[in-house]
Amino acid sequence: MSKQITVPFGPQHPVLPEPLHLDLVLEDEKVVDVIPTIGYVHRGLEKLVEKREYTEYVFIAERICGICSFIHSQTYVQGIEQIMGLEIPERAQYLRTIWSEYSRLHSHLLWLGCFADSMGFESVFMNSWRLREHILDDLEATTGGRVIQGVCKVGGVRRDITPEKLDEMVKGLKGIEHELQDLTNVFLHDSSIQHRLKGIGVLSKEDAYYLGAVGPTARGSGLAIDIRETGYAAFGKINFKPVVEYDGDCYARCAVRAKEMFTSIDIIEQCAKKIPDGTVDMKVTGAPDGEYFSRAEQPRGEVIHYIKGNGKKNLVRHRVRTPTFTNIPPLVTLLKGCDLADVPVIVLTIDPCIGCAER
Amino acid sequence: MTYLAKSPWIIHYDASSCNGCDIEILACLTPMYDVERFGIINTGNPKHADIFVVTGSINEANREVIQNIYNQMPDPKVVVAVGICACSGGVFRECYNVAGGIDKLIPVDVYVPGCAARPESIIDGIVTAWGILEEKLKNKVSSPMVSDHDHKAHHKHAQGGAQ
Repeated sequence: MSKQITVPFGPQHPVLPEPLHLDLVLEDEKVVDVIPTIGYVHRGLEKLVEKREYTEYVFIAERICGICSFIHSQTYVQGIEQIMGLEIPERAQYLRTIWSEYSRLHSHLLWLGCFADSMGFESVFMNSWRLREHILDDLEATTGGRVIQGVCKVGGVRRDITPEKLDEMVKGLKGIEHELQDLTNVFLHDSSIQHRLKGIGVLSKEDAYYLGAVGPTARGSGLAIDIRETGYAAFGKINFKPVVEYDGDCYARCAVRAKEMFTSIDIIEQCAKKIPDGTVDMKVTGAPDGEYFSRAEQPRGEVIHYIKGNGKKNLVRHRVRTPTFTNIPPLVTLLKGCDLADVPVIVLTIDPCIGCAER
Repeated sequence: MTYLAKSPWIIHYDASSCNGCDIEILACLTPMYDVERFGIINTGNPKHADIFVVTGSINEANREVIQNIYNQMPDPKVVVAVGICACSGGVFRECYNVAGGIDKLIPVDVYVPGCAARPESIIDGIVTAWGILEEKLKNKVSSPMVSDHDHKAHHKHAQGGAQ
């Protein structure tokens, strides 16, 4: 056995925009052990429920993460609405569905770009971020914000989308679909990318299940877990199938995200057809009294907001379990036994969002 | 600022930001905003960097990292605080693990407001920093080494916030 050395990876590392620290224990070029350290981004925002009213706290919940911002606020308000027994207007449900799929599109394009960058594929990074700007333009035109939207509120949404704008959005998505196709073709069929991804970082179905993998990390290993199937917001009225791949390697996780973008476009299209007329918000009085586990599917997997209120304006407890947090144990398993050169690629395949994980 | 002697390279560190500002900084590098046309490159090495772009506020775990990066950068150097969290703590200023803006730890030259800061304002901030960099180069300003001498005072604050 050769001598073991420890190589620090992060918190400031060119491949990660965010601080995650891993101590990689190496024997020659092979990683034998990984010790993750988190806490660089911990803010302690769950404690703020004591200082903010439950209606104001939506803005804090949205700022748990700047990438999955809309879905965080959606999950939080869904929990509050369930405790208070509010039946929000159907049009608001559809609008939330549309915006959450837009968030998924922008997150997956962002990830495909960063992932290409981790392999040194600069032009694909630029191209996917160029396409992402199209999605952000639509988000900004309809909500007013590029990455932090601030459009969800307890009892509905703040803004409506006119039928003309909705038409334009669907046409725009159809217009970039062939460009997305070109982009995903690179990830799915390019031989040099396949060489970097196929058979690297394999997570078996059993491991994925027992280590609590969620989202594309689980779906890449053949576990068809997709919380959208529970039918929250308007997902119950939409036909879609979760994308599942069976190989469990980096290629499979990449393919899941690449194919999910087309599912998202399809969902937005169906929503635009089915969306009913009516108001988008309702008057809310009183305060939540009770507790609820609110679940939703983020781009990175299942997020849970636990909310507990006691009939006062301030909640008693708010607890978030984010997808990246549960995907760290699978990541540690994935990294053991891999080459040092593959570490950035494998770390990125779980799509780590440290802002979420540490809150 | 009509003539620029060198292309400023930036180093970006996410202190305890929510990612919103970080992805906007990355968006600045990509074809829509394309700051590389000004010669601005995002580098991972503090020793190659002229402008330190920080997002998010300081907390217990990252203060040492921020100081390390700052101390390793060669003179002249400029610090840009991007987003309201880096400027003052923003919506999280009352959190128990947030000690406030970056200026409590290292000298900040440019403050870019916004939650999240828009790419246009980030570019504006970097270009302003560029002018300050030229100025510092001309006047041969050397930046101080920063260390954690006021850490005890901060620690008291953090405990007070948690109660």
